[in-house]
Amino acid sequence: MNLALRDIRHHLGRFLMTAVGLGLLLGVVLSMIGIYRGLVADALGLVRAPGAEIWVVETGTRGPFAEGSRIPGDTRESIARLAGVTETGSMTFQSLEATHRDRKLRLQVVGYEPGRLGGPPAIAEGRGLARSRFEIVADVKTGLVVGERIGLGGDVFTVAGTTRDAVSSGGDPVVWMALRDSQVLQFRLSPAPARREAARGPVVSGAPDTINAVVARVAADASIEAVVEAAKRWKHLAAMTEDEQEAILTRSVVEKARQQIGLFTTVLLTVSTVIIALIIYTMTMDKIREIATLKLIGAPDGRIVGLIVQQALALGLIGFSVGASLIASVKDFFPRRVVMLPEDAASLGLVVIVVCLVASGLGVRLALRVDPATALGG
Amino acid sequence: MTIDTPRPLVECRALAKHFGEGETRVDALRAVDLELWPGEVVGLLGPSGSGKTTLLNLIGCIVEPSAGTLCLDGETVWEGKWLRPDLRRLRLEKIGFIFQFHNLLPFLDVSENVALVLDMAGVARADTFARAHELLDYLEVGHRKTAKPSSLSGGEAQRVAIARALANRPRIILADEPTAALDGERAGIVMNLLRKVAVEHSATVVVVTHDEKIWNRFDRIFHLRDGRIASIGTL
Ligand SMILES: Nc1ncnc2c1ncn2[C@@H]1O[C@H](COP(=O)(O)OP(=O)(O)OP(=O)(O)O)[C@@H](O)[C@H]1O
Ligand SMILES: [Mg+2]
Repeated sequence: MNLALRDIRHHLGRFLMTAVGLGLLLGVVLSMIGIYRGLVADALGLVRAPGAEIWVVETGTRGPFAEGSRIPGDTRESIARLAGVTETGSMTFQSLEATHRDRKLRLQVVGYEPGRLGGPPAIAEGRGLARSRFEIVADVKTGLVVGERIGLGGDVFTVAGTTRDAVSSGGDPVVWMALRDSQVLQFRLSPAPARREAARGPVVSGAPDTINAVVARVAADASIEAVVEAAKRWKHLAAMTEDEQEAILTRSVVEKARQQIGLFTTVLLTVSTVIIALIIYTMTMDKIREIATLKLIGAPDGRIVGLIVQQALALGLIGFSVGASLIASVKDFFPRRVVMLPEDAASLGLVVIVVCLVASGLGVRLALRVDPATALGG
Repeated sequence: MTIDTPRPLVECRALAKHFGEGETRVDALRAVDLELWPGEVVGLLGPSGSGKTTLLNLIGCIVEPSAGTLCLDGETVWEGKWLRPDLRRLRLEKIGFIFQFHNLLPFLDVSENVALVLDMAGVARADTFARAHELLDYLEVGHRKTAKPSSLSGGEAQRVAIARALANRPRIILADEPTAALDGERAGIVMNLLRKVAVEHSATVVVVTHDEKIWNRFDRIFHLRDGRIASIGTL
C-alpha cells in the first residue's frame, strides 16, 4: 500500500499547486540554460554557415567576427591556387541598420559570390541568389518575405529566398547578398575618412575590392594544417582552422554570457533547493500526527522515510515536467533563440532528483525524531 | 505431551512513571503490580488523571517507564531500559491498541486504515482487504469501507479503530475508552468481539472505561487512584 500516493491524493489540489509553482521555478532554470545554448548556437551559426575548413583573414587580427579584418579581393584566387584547396569563397561581414515598413531593423549582412563558398546553408522558402546584383536571401527573423523589396544603403533589393535560425552573435538576423553589392554597401556606409583612405586603393566602380575573409575547403586527403601554414606565408594574411575560429568566437563573444548565465543558473538552483527543502519540511510538519500514529501502529522507519522521500520525488518530477513542457511550448516566443537540448533537460532532471533527495533529508530527520506519543493527545 | 505452565501475558512489577522533574514532577503511576492472563478481559477504572492511559501506554511500549519491570508474553521488555530494539515490530506483532482519539490516518480510507497493519505485517494484499472487510462487517461499519475517516461519525471511527487494532490478531489488546461513543447495542457488539478474541486467541484485553453499561463484561476490574491500584474487583 503506497502511503505517499494516498497522501498526495488526499491533498491533491494543494500538492499540484505546489508542484506547478515549483515547475515555474524549474522552468526559469531550464530557460536560462536554453538561452545560453541559443546564444552559443547563434554565435556559431554564422561561422558554421559557409561550411569552411579554413578562414583566411588580415594578419594580426582574429577576424572577421571578433575583430575587423580587411584583405584585398584577389586573395581568394591566391588561396585557391594552394595545393589541396578544393573550394574557396570571398566573404564580407557587416552589421547595419535599415528601416523597413517604418520599423528599424538591425541586420547582419553577409556578402559572398553566388556559386562559391559562403552562401546560406539552407533555403527555407524561395531560392538562393541567382542574379548577380540587388537580390538578397534574408532570415525569416527580419520579417521579410519572398518577393518583398527593401532599401539598403541607397539601393533597393528584392528578397529571393529566406532562411531560418541565421543570426549574428548579437542576435541580428542575417541577410546574404552578392559580394559586389556588399562591397558597395560597405563603402557607402563606412565613415568618410575611411572611405577617402580606401578610395586610394584599387577601385572598381566606386567601391574598393576589399573583403573581410576568404573561406576555403580542402580535399579529403589534404592536410588542413598544411594549407593554413601555406596561407600564413603571405605577410598580410593570417589563417586559422574552423575549430580555431569557433574557439575565438566562443571565448570572446560567448564566454562572458556563459559565466553570467552559469552563475545565475547556480543561484536559481540553490534557491530551488532551499524552496524544495522548505516545502518538504512543511509537508512533513503537517503530517507529524500521522507519522506518530504510523509509529504507534508499528510502521517501520523505512515506511515513513519512503512516504517523505517518494513525495519529495513526486513533487520534483511533476514540477520538472511542468517546467519543461512550459518552456518547450513558449520557447519560440522568446526574442532570441532558446535551444532545449534533451541532454540539458536530462541533467536538470537528475539535478532535481538529487536536490529532492537532499532536501527531503531535513523532513526525514524531523519525521524520525517524532515521538509516537505525540499522536495520543486529542 | 507437555503441559505449558500458564504464564501471564502482561506482567508489571513495581512499574512507575513520572513526568517532569523537581517542582513540575507529576507521578502519574506509582509502583503498579499487575498480572494479566491469556483469555481474560479486564477493566481499568478510575477518576480522570488517575493514570489509566499512562498504564496502557506503558504496557503498549509507547511511553518509557521510570522504574520497575515490564514483561510481555514472557519476555522482559523494560527493566531500567528498553531490552528490545524494535519496539515498533513488537507493537505490530503483539499489541493491538485502541486509542482514546481513534488516530485513524486521514489520507487512507476505512478499509485501507485496517489493511495497512496487515500489509506492514507482511500479509498478502488480497488477504489484507478480505480480513479488513470481515472485521468491518462484523463491527457494522462495512458500509463505510471507502469513506475517509473525516466523514465518519464518532462511533464509526471508534469501530474502525477497533477493527485496526484487532486486524493482526494481537495477543495483547489495549483499549482506551473503546465504547465511549457507542450506544448500548454497539457497545455490546464491541465487547462481544473483544471477548471472542480473548477466548479464541488466548489474548488479554485491557479496557479503560467510564462506561457503566459494560462493567458487567469484565473478568476483573482494577480501580486506579492517584497512580496506584486501589482495589481489584471481580463480578
Ligand atoms: N506527557 C505528560 N506530561 C506530563 N504529565 C502527564 C503526561 N501524560 C499524563 N500526565 C499526567 O499524568 C497523570 C495521569 O494521566 P493519564 O492520562 O494517565 O490519566 P487518565 O486516567 O487516563 O485520565 P482520563 O480519564 O482523563 O483520560 C495526569 O495528572 C496527567 O496530567
Ligand atoms: Mg485517559
